[in-house]
Amino acid sequence: MREEGNAIEARELVKRFGKTTALAGVDLTARTGTVLGLLGPNGAGKTTAVRILATLLRPDGGEARVCGYDVAREAHQVRQLIGLTGQYASVDEGLSGTNNLIMIGRLLGLSRAGARARAAELLARFELSDAAGRAAKTYSGGMRRRLDLAASLVGRPRVLCLDEPTTGLDPHSRNEVWTMIRGLVADGTTVLLTTQYLDEADQLAHDIAVIDRGTVIATGTPDELKAGAGRQVLEVTPAKRADVDVVAAVLSARLSGEPALSAESARVTIQVDDGRQMPEIVRELDDRGIELAEFTLRKASLDEVFLALTGHRAEEEDTPAQKAGAGAPAPDRRKRLSRSAR
Amino acid sequence: MTAISIPVRRVGPVTSLRNTFTLTWRSVLKLRTNPEDLFGLLLQPIMYLILFTYVFGGSIAGGTHQYLQFSLPGIMVLSVVFATLGTGIMLSQDVATGVFDRFRSLPIARWAPLAGAIFGDMVRYIISVVVTLGFGMILGFRIGTSPIAAAMGCLLLLVFAVAMCWASALIGMLVKTAQGVQLWGFLLMFPLVFGSNILTQADKMPGWLQAFVKINPVTYLTEAERALLVSGTLYGPAGPPVAKSLLWALGIFVVFAPLAVWAYRRKT
Repeated sequence: MREEGNAIEARELVKRFGKTTALAGVDLTARTGTVLGLLGPNGAGKTTAVRILATLLRPDGGEARVCGYDVAREAHQVRQLIGLTGQYASVDEGLSGTNNLIMIGRLLGLSRAGARARAAELLARFELSDAAGRAAKTYSGGMRRRLDLAASLVGRPRVLCLDEPTTGLDPHSRNEVWTMIRGLVADGTTVLLTTQYLDEADQLAHDIAVIDRGTVIATGTPDELKAGAGRQVLEVTPAKRADVDVVAAVLSARLSGEPALSAESARVTIQVDDGRQMPEIVRELDDRGIELAEFTLRKASLDEVFLALTGHRAEEEDTPAQKAGAGAPAPDRRKRLSRSAR
Repeated sequence: MTAISIPVRRVGPVTSLRNTFTLTWRSVLKLRTNPEDLFGLLLQPIMYLILFTYVFGGSIAGGTHQYLQFSLPGIMVLSVVFATLGTGIMLSQDVATGVFDRFRSLPIARWAPLAGAIFGDMVRYIISVVVTLGFGMILGFRIGTSPIAAAMGCLLLLVFAVAMCWASALIGMLVKTAQGVQLWGFLLMFPLVFGSNILTQADKMPGWLQAFVKINPVTYLTEAERALLVSGTLYGPAGPPVAKSLLWALGIFVVFAPLAVWAYRRKT
């Protein structure tokens, strides 16, 4: 084992598909034993990056190392260290849950009894014991995803690549996956996690790389990203709804940002570069006799950071699995990154 | 039991064989858990036998028993050739569902999934041959040679099927959906199977068709099966058609196995 500080190191990764450039020089670093969140909208290049790191694609340029092994030249070694859960549940639908896991265990060199024991252990851990003997094609979307995750853990990988592991999962299953990821990281596993959910990256990732149109446009811890470039957000809600316009006028006169009005909550939101102006703003609002229900200065959410970085809007949208009817039992509406139609 | 702590550089031959064995086990297991597949494999030959024997039997050969003696070897060929489609269908499904990606992310021999699929399918061919011959015998077919010759006939079918399934594997790697494989497979296999002497002798066909029938490997294979199963005196000695069938099988294997492996490696 080549010990290095970083479990994943990618430099200048380039990948083209015909005329499309999926990755245009991507650098990624995941410190050993941490979660690197790869955050970006659909089509940003997240999956391509994961597939290169999991040795499924060869990069057209640049290089990537997993635990010190080159993913292109030493793919076989890399495959002994990684586990992969793709965006599409890659379980054999014709086999039972148990046999899916036994097959992987046997392929990884476990004995018959060893593979059987490991399968039972993982099925129990992912609450699939009751369905263990059933063919995977009878599983619900969430169960399939859990089986897929279990399959990627059979070999106790040092580095786990999770490509949108919670897309299409109901909140309960999503929390389970989160708990599982935290547990693995506590045991020393390094996780590369792609997601389009801001809260997921915020919850799990130690470091985040924001990727858009094949390039990394920002990196840092969630806090660094939120605090980056002095991005704070002021939210002001007047006690009387009628005062909203005056509040917006005062804020836009004093601050450089563009105030955003929320009609339903009568709240004005604006970006703040310098928090020292707050007393003056409070004084002026007081002078104008405006009573305040709320006056909050907070760090920007990742959502707002992403908007500021890319100019893309983050919007509420149904999960794709729901649209495809993949059977997520309790549909959740979560914030997903998506490109605005402008 | 923990994972390998020091990664090895490549897969050794023993591990490769073990990988292949595991994936063969998987193919066979899938047959058991997919009743539709098994059902199709069992029912298709039975359906062909009943239809061909009773639809054509009276008018072509003057009696169902005579026709069965003539057609059963051909129906065995037909069943096993169509059964090779399963290889391509399974491979294309593995690609489409992402199972292949999982295999490729594992430290196993790269060709093991392909070899496992093909070895696993031999079980399908054996089932197909046994069901056709068995049901044919229930309908009244009688082996006119010796059990050894009949066993050789079955073995020859398996050899031919294993060669053919590489063509099926190639289709499976090139076509994106299982339905596509089915369509292309039937488009290519129908002329091959029915443009032959399986159901009637070729002498009443138009000249151009006779020309095709004469070079069709299915024709030779059927002649070989007739000689091995029914009678070497009625249908001529088994030697020449067996040799030609084996040559064809070799030819098909030599052409399609490298192509299938090429298409497979392109994906891996």
